[in-house]
Amino acid sequence: MHAADHLPCGEAPHTEAAHAPPPGGEAQRREAPRRHEIPRRGEPPAKVVLQPAEIRRALTRIAHEILERASGADDVVLLGIPTRGVPLALRLAERLGQVEGRPVPAGSLDVTMHRDDLRLRPARALGHTEVPSAGIDDKIVVLVDDVLYSGRTVRAALDALGDIGRPRAVQLAVLVDRGHRELPIRPDYVGKNLPTSQREMVRVLLAEVDGEDAVLLGARPADRGDS
Amino acid sequence: MKRHLLSAGDLDLDDALLILDTAEELARMAERPVKKLPTLRGRTVVNLFYEDSTRTRISFEAAAKRLSADVINFSAKGSSVAKGESLKDTALTLEAMGADAVVIRHSASGAPHRLATWVKGSVVNAGDGAHEHPTQALLDAFTMRRRLGRLDGLAVTIVGDVLHSRVARSNVLLLSTLGAEVTLVAPPTLLPVAVAGWPCSVSYELDLALPKADVVMMLRVQQERMNAAYFPSVREYSRRYGLDAARMALLPEQGIVMHPGPMNRGVEIAAEVADSVRSTIVEQVANGVSVRMAVLYLLLGGSGGGQR
Repeated sequence: MHAADHLPCGEAPHTEAAHAPPPGGEAQRREAPRRHEIPRRGEPPAKVVLQPAEIRRALTRIAHEILERASGADDVVLLGIPTRGVPLALRLAERLGQVEGRPVPAGSLDVTMHRDDLRLRPARALGHTEVPSAGIDDKIVVLVDDVLYSGRTVRAALDALGDIGRPRAVQLAVLVDRGHRELPIRPDYVGKNLPTSQREMVRVLLAEVDGEDAVLLGARPADRGDS
Repeated sequence: MKRHLLSAGDLDLDDALLILDTAEELARMAERPVKKLPTLRGRTVVNLFYEDSTRTRISFEAAAKRLSADVINFSAKGSSVAKGESLKDTALTLEAMGADAVVIRHSASGAPHRLATWVKGSVVNAGDGAHEHPTQALLDAFTMRRRLGRLDGLAVTIVGDVLHSRVARSNVLLLSTLGAEVTLVAPPTLLPVAVAGWPCSVSYELDLALPKADVVMMLRVQQERMNAAYFPSVREYSRRYGLDAARMALLPEQGIVMHPGPMNRGVEIAAEVADSVRSTIVEQVANGVSVRMAVLYLLLGGSGGGQR
């Protein structure tokens, strides 16, 4: 899932990010959300559910699980779904590369043109698609996204993949699985299972996009459509 | 973005950059084995062409088909227009058939603006008289940005029949929005009276303008519109305002040569220039499809009402 905006490549991250608070302390995240706990301009307060170190450990674990399942990284290609799936894919590729001792191809796959909710809102800017030069034919493609929610983004990604090539297998890695699936899709690798209410909103912040690492859980602002 | 694309002047900097960035992503799709996207499935695009056109009509048709839209081609020849049907009645007919977008080319300036008040769908101006041709300007800007890496501060010289050129007018409006510095070069008879109010400078001497031009865009001498003695002879025009190899050598090292087509080889552009590596004429055609896909996607891809 994505924040309501898809940014064209090369554009600065959306302005909300600039107002992101410093990550909360250890004590803070065990407590129920208090008012004014994480003041974000124009948004209700949110609770930190994953700290930078926890994100780091989850990605390291996922990297090892990928290697175990694929018996090495020989045919693995990581494709991140913009916006925040892309830096996650690059981080996973870096870890796979460290373990295997050679670079693992990673890229990005924009799914905007394949979404089923295009007509529900004004046309969005496209994200960037960058498929590694070796292609995806006969490879094990691991799709990487920040939050798995309805599953519709992943469905769109599977359609988009079909136009690029024919992988041997497609797997799905997500940092947060918040449940509420609307399609028969399940992740292969999960950073954290996070039971949520549909009234809540999960926000993943990543240093590459937002200037810091954190996963936040808060009430859904009235004007927000997804995530 | 607004619901229609009628004039390059309607686009602000954000809209223009959004179209160019979207086109950039779509251009990369053209390298894939499957050059088709499902985005506009079930939408209908009508090409309503009252004037002859090859590349613009085919380009719009290819763009709409690559986005999976249904395309209906309508040309005035061999239709009820030959029986005297008015533009409004034709428009209402198309509306009744469920057209989501109408791409119109018309010999009368302003025809797309009138059409936009009659139909519920989006109207895209594909050239109206000597007025505007916004998608051509967008594809020219896109080609410049791809070749030279930037638009801001770029020196663009547009040469030739500015008076009859919708391409020149749209380019001046769009390029000035994008921060390029445009110079028009033409014989005084082929400049519109109002050119002083345009956001560009004017020169009569091609040889003086070339050494500082990053881009030189040659306009077609529109012989079908040469109904008065705008210049003494084609040969004299060619000598003073045609781009030959010697003149091309005056351009800066990375300077490029553009032409919106169709070319009159030997009149405004010499064959050796048109076929040189500096010429972007073939690229312009390929880029035209990507830019028109971007325009159709941004007008039709969402819930209507345009972006944001």
